[in-house]
Amino acid sequence: MTVVTPTGEVPNDYVRIESADDLTTVQGPLLAPLALAGAAVEARRNDRLGLSVANDTKVDAIAPFFDAIDLIAVEFPSFSDGRGLSLAKRLRRAGFAGRLRASGPLIADQFAEALACGFDEIQLPETMAARQPVAQWLAAKDIVTEHYQSGYGADRSILQKRLAARKG
Amino acid sequence: MYRYDEFDERFVRERVQQFRTQVERRLDGSLSDDEFKPLRLKNGLYLQLHAYMLRIAVPYGTLNGKQLRQLALIGERYDKGYGHFTTRQNLQFNWPQLKDVPDILDLLADVEMHCIQTSGNCIRNVTADQFAGIAKDEVEDPRPTAELLRQWSSLHPEFAWLPRKFKIAVTGAEHDRAAIKVHDIGLKVRRHPDTGATGYQVVVGGGLGRTPMIGKVIRDFLPKDELLAYLEAVMRVYNAEGRRDNKYKARVKILVHEIGTEEFVRRVEAEYAQLDGPTVNAPESEVARIARYFAPPAYEALPEDSAVLDAARRADPALDAFVAQNGFAHRQPGYLALTISLKPVGGVPGDMTSEQMRAFADIAERYSFDELRVTHAQNLVLPHVRKDDVPRVFEALKAAGLATANSGLVTDIIACPGMDYCALATARSIPIAQEIAKSFADERRQAEIGPLQIKISGCINACGHHHVGHIGILGLEKSGKENYQITLGGDATEAAALGERLGPGIDAEAVPGAIETIVGTYLKVRTDGEAFIDTVRRAGLDPFKASFDAYVAGEPA
Repeated sequence: MTVVTPTGEVPNDYVRIESADDLTTVQGPLLAPLALAGAAVEARRNDRLGLSVANDTKVDAIAPFFDAIDLIAVEFPSFSDGRGLSLAKRLRRAGFAGRLRASGPLIADQFAEALACGFDEIQLPETMAARQPVAQWLAAKDIVTEHYQSGYGADRSILQKRLAARKG
Repeated sequence: MYRYDEFDERFVRERVQQFRTQVERRLDGSLSDDEFKPLRLKNGLYLQLHAYMLRIAVPYGTLNGKQLRQLALIGERYDKGYGHFTTRQNLQFNWPQLKDVPDILDLLADVEMHCIQTSGNCIRNVTADQFAGIAKDEVEDPRPTAELLRQWSSLHPEFAWLPRKFKIAVTGAEHDRAAIKVHDIGLKVRRHPDTGATGYQVVVGGGLGRTPMIGKVIRDFLPKDELLAYLEAVMRVYNAEGRRDNKYKARVKILVHEIGTEEFVRRVEAEYAQLDGPTVNAPESEVARIARYFAPPAYEALPEDSAVLDAARRADPALDAFVAQNGFAHRQPGYLALTISLKPVGGVPGDMTSEQMRAFADIAERYSFDELRVTHAQNLVLPHVRKDDVPRVFEALKAAGLATANSGLVTDIIACPGMDYCALATARSIPIAQEIAKSFADERRQAEIGPLQIKISGCINACGHHHVGHIGILGLEKSGKENYQITLGGDATEAAALGERLGPGIDAEAVPGAIETIVGTYLKVRTDGEAFIDTVRRAGLDPFKASFDAYVAGEPA
């Protein structure tokens, strides 16, 4: 699995677990499914904890764990399913300040969209990463430099820039 | 009309470059065909029956002469010398080569045009009343709203991978010429009955296709400055909750239908309550900046009536018929809007040759403040013609083969491309339209029949809007043969209604005769001055069914 951030590829330091048994056997940072969130927090491990959530999860089901986790991986079943983008937007609005990861077979052309909706990084299956090297992701991210929509991404929208220019 | 500033210009250029790299990455194998498909669709590029088709956005149907000339050039250089205007005010080229598309996009960008979101599961090109800024029944010009939405929806980061396509239409008038009740979102500019403030009535969940539905009002009055934040709430609810398990149940109309209007409203309002509106909405001065581009042109102060035109009409019955049929009352005294029919008898509805485009660009530049419009009925409009100039304009239109006096009449037929072009079609549409038009070719007879909209779709996806045709014709395939179902009573205006089936499906050859039968029944049943649709509403389907059944059974009328 390859993890792409706006500055390039980073190592994936979270190990995905599937059952409660893994909480004691697996070392290092864990990525647990939401169903195991309670047990994972209970286990009071000293390592970092991430939660993997389906893209139709309600924010209310995740929010109670915000303080105990430092990563949420929103699962994208396919690149053409945009639900994860709205979930990211809602998670940020609800105050989640940790790492937000889009996980699944996304394409480089979606990098800018994912970042604008609040994601920090993309975790790709190896087959996708092999076809679309990180350089393509970085290039695709910057090809359209401005956006019209206010409230997306760190920089100002075209509408806000026009306003600022008028005010001089 | 709106002009690009440096931001718009750069945005569209970068979008062209983005598409160029997407094509390259498809060719070098970085993108699979499945991955490339939605990317090309979002840039208006379809793979049709015989070739690629490129759909060019004509935002809310406004064009100037320079733009139309550029379309003429593209049609000549990269197509077969013509283009095709669609029911969503866009223009399609049916024969471009994939390798030429990025160059075509550059040519479009040179005249402030693009193909952004003319297809794909995203917010499509926004449409509006073709008589915006002209109609006397207008509360406010819908074009500034439509332009704001064009910008806001362009490459929206969150709403580019929706369950299905999403169409928005805007009207600012009392009489709905933009069919807002059969769009995913319809907006009607209105004034608050108590405060007089401007806002929108918001209609959601209309649509045609396999499951036609009339939209539901979800906000009776949305303050004007809250538009973008409120639409963001609607789109987020749809993006998160619209069905993705079945593409035929994925439009927002199905979500609204399945959970009910009340529950849909509850979810939208709950989302809206959590949104930080001021961080989303357009700054007031930006809305005002856009609106200034749509200020009325520099009209001359003229008397309402033109002696020149009156005399010319008396002298030339053809001109008289043209003005009576294709003229539209202008709010500015001494001016007239003219609908230019792209439905000559025997022609392909919506087609225009490059030569005609150039001739028409000349006319628009000289006589209509360099402005023209595209209508959802696949016609064009010269929005601001001095009445004194109308005789000269008529002569110029005649010379270009653009003076067909049939606007709104039985031969002004909307038809999808059908099996002549479309990979989805199950039957032909264009030849059916041509045969019906030939059957009713006599202009005097057409005028005698009066307003009657025939709409033809070549498959159940309903691109020809047959559900809302006064007479709707749906082409299907039945045991290897084309079969046509006929509906009556559809209406796309503020009195929106879906047509009802008249009887069993019939063969292609029988369609013109069936339309003759329906019209014959109407002429018998109508009261003085009663339009076709009103007769159907008053008399119901029974008299029409009876004569249709007799026709199908082969009995003499």
